[in-house]
Amino acid sequence: MTQPPDPSGPSESSAFSGQSPESGPSSPASGSQRGGAWRRPRLGTWTSRLQAGRLVGLAGLAGLVIAAAALGVGFWRSEHGSEAAADPRSDAPATAAAAAASNAAVSTTSGLPASAADDGVTRGRYLARAGNCQACHTAPGGAPWAGGRGIETPFGVVYAGNLTPDPTGLGGWQAGDFWRALHHGRSRDGRMLYPAFPYTHYTRVTRADADALWAFMQSLPPVAQANRPHELRWPVSTQWALGVWRALYFRPGVQQADARQDASWNRGAYLVQGLGHCSACHSTRNALGASEVLDLSGGMIPMQAWYAPSLAAPNEASLADWPLAEIAQLLATGNSPRASTLGPMAEVVLHSTQHLTPADLTAMAVFLKSVPPTAPTEARNTSMERIPVKAGAALRGEKLYGDHCAACHGAQGEGVAGAYPRLAGNRAVTLPVTANLVQVVIHGGFGPATAGRPRPFGMPPFAMVMSDADVAAVLTYLRQTWGNQAGPVSELEVAQQRSLAR
Amino acid sequence: MIGALMTTLRLPALLLLLLLSLLTSAARATAKFEDTMAQRTLACSVCHGAEGRAAADGYYPRIAGKPAGYLYNQLLHFREGRRHYGLMTRLLEPLSDAYLSEIAGHFASLDLPYPPPARVTATPAVLERGRLLALQGDPSHKLPACVACHGTRLTGVQPNTPGLLGLPRDYLNAQLGAWRSGQRRAHAPDCMAQVARTLTPEDLNAVANWLAAQPLPANPHPVTRLPMPPSVACGSAILPAGAMTR
Repeated sequence: MTQPPDPSGPSESSAFSGQSPESGPSSPASGSQRGGAWRRPRLGTWTSRLQAGRLVGLAGLAGLVIAAAALGVGFWRSEHGSEAAADPRSDAPATAAAAAASNAAVSTTSGLPASAADDGVTRGRYLARAGNCQACHTAPGGAPWAGGRGIETPFGVVYAGNLTPDPTGLGGWQAGDFWRALHHGRSRDGRMLYPAFPYTHYTRVTRADADALWAFMQSLPPVAQANRPHELRWPVSTQWALGVWRALYFRPGVQQADARQDASWNRGAYLVQGLGHCSACHSTRNALGASEVLDLSGGMIPMQAWYAPSLAAPNEASLADWPLAEIAQLLATGNSPRASTLGPMAEVVLHSTQHLTPADLTAMAVFLKSVPPTAPTEARNTSMERIPVKAGAALRGEKLYGDHCAACHGAQGEGVAGAYPRLAGNRAVTLPVTANLVQVVIHGGFGPATAGRPRPFGMPPFAMVMSDADVAAVLTYLRQTWGNQAGPVSELEVAQQRSLAR
Repeated sequence: MIGALMTTLRLPALLLLLLLSLLTSAARATAKFEDTMAQRTLACSVCHGAEGRAAADGYYPRIAGKPAGYLYNQLLHFREGRRHYGLMTRLLEPLSDAYLSEIAGHFASLDLPYPPPARVTATPAVLERGRLLALQGDPSHKLPACVACHGTRLTGVQPNTPGLLGLPRDYLNAQLGAWRSGQRRAHAPDCMAQVARTLTPEDLNAVANWLAAQPLPANPHPVTRLPMPPSVACGSAILPAGAMTR
């Protein structure tokens, strides 16, 4: 959760920036792979799709301020009208019968062993995993739940807050304060929080689940660690800008069950659209960093140079024709017969979905499988200009593939079941957006070490071995061989993506 | 007639060529998959050399045969952001403590020959200064000798103290520099940080040059214990491996 800036917080440390003595040699093609560069997490909501979005965002924000001011005032009323009619800081658990009836369908934690005297802590811990809260609220190597991790956005860095019951964290908070943060996106003192804390999704969480999360967080060992002030550019750094943004893009409201669908579907929708905040990555953000909670049509993950594929497009990551068990298997283990996870999704599987019950994973699978399919997507303009691929690149690509890839992925791109992905006919290889391919070749990666698949195989990083032209050639080769029919990858695209993937 | 002869000669030649190309591509492609730790850790060897023997470029250290606790601690340091190298951190982020421990154990168990040390370019005076520092330290500056902690043969001490031989000069220089600047850290009390900050840049260079020039002794394995307790306290040497992780 994002906390208001604390002036007593530690200042930005420069120790992690620049070239460290531990840096290896620069890559043959660029110096962007500095070993000393500290990699901040770049998840979050207050973000836009592209670097270019930063400029557009600021200009757009300024322009929209006036237009939206009136709207903002109007919406402020609505935000504090019906939803907030009851004192949002009320400490009483949600007991409103109507709300409870609608909520029951979605907030029943299916399959979680219920303990007789569960005070909510066990369920809260489970829900915190469903929301992957700890991934942002723990700094790398830092005390768990004490915050301090910087979330990089196109507008600056937002530092996650300390959630432990220490005076520097949520020590003085009440359950009602926590509910207001989760549901209304406001801190205890009423300040609006930055939506890097994805309250646009978390607002869908029921009061009962919020109370369980609260009970769990109160059970954590207190850690004294002052919150670090955000480093945001003006005007994003102001509360009024945030007010405008919220007027445009934030509607508080608990998830309502869809009576036309069964309980499993509704539970899945609640997890995907609420705590799971899947569309925070799997949708496209506008210039102001906003995205639609219900949209799963894919998008570049801000500041990460990874592409979260469309969960609706049949040529991307639609799950419409998958068996439910395989969807659940992918979320539980990071691997399945048809796909495996790397990068940001591996992190989600590692910290979040592998801990969910089979019933909840199946519910998510039921919902994801039902996402209405869209038409196949075309190559998107990701600000990367398409440059004609040089003649001879195909031969070069074939040779590079033979030298570096075929030993594991097979001469015909057939892969090794359970270890190395098949490349022939693999949607991840033929995605219209090539960012992930470049990431994987340059940085390599392991799948997540999950309980179901504790010893994953690894892909070597080729940053030090392959130039941008090499990466482009080998990727073009495997996108156009063994029946794969996808556009080529140009050297310029690789160079741009390599420089984005800091 | 001549044409027919040519054809009969050409056909086997073509067939042979075809067979050869099939064979080579098959040999390359089906480099027999085995479900082994070596197979699982191929991501490591692209930089650290085949089976972790180190590559020629001088930046990536040999990891084969280093003490398992030391390797495990380093993997945790990279994953948790206490050592800084982007490629390593990204690779390790999705891996569990248990798997990192297994990976460390795998590389520690490899008993592979060492190549002869690289040719020395430092002056004899520099090397002599390096030798003195490594073997005797510099009591006037309260600098312990390398051998006091890393073993008489400088091949490391089980389970957490690394050997210092068989490493490239550039790597040793970079690491000592990282200790000096605080980029590289270890369990408190962080004895190496203390040592590196006491070293002058000239002494640092001298000791790195001398260490990089030494061949491995007949027994290159880490010793199980030091002949006498070291004069400086080292958290990494005393604490169980992984003690710093959460």
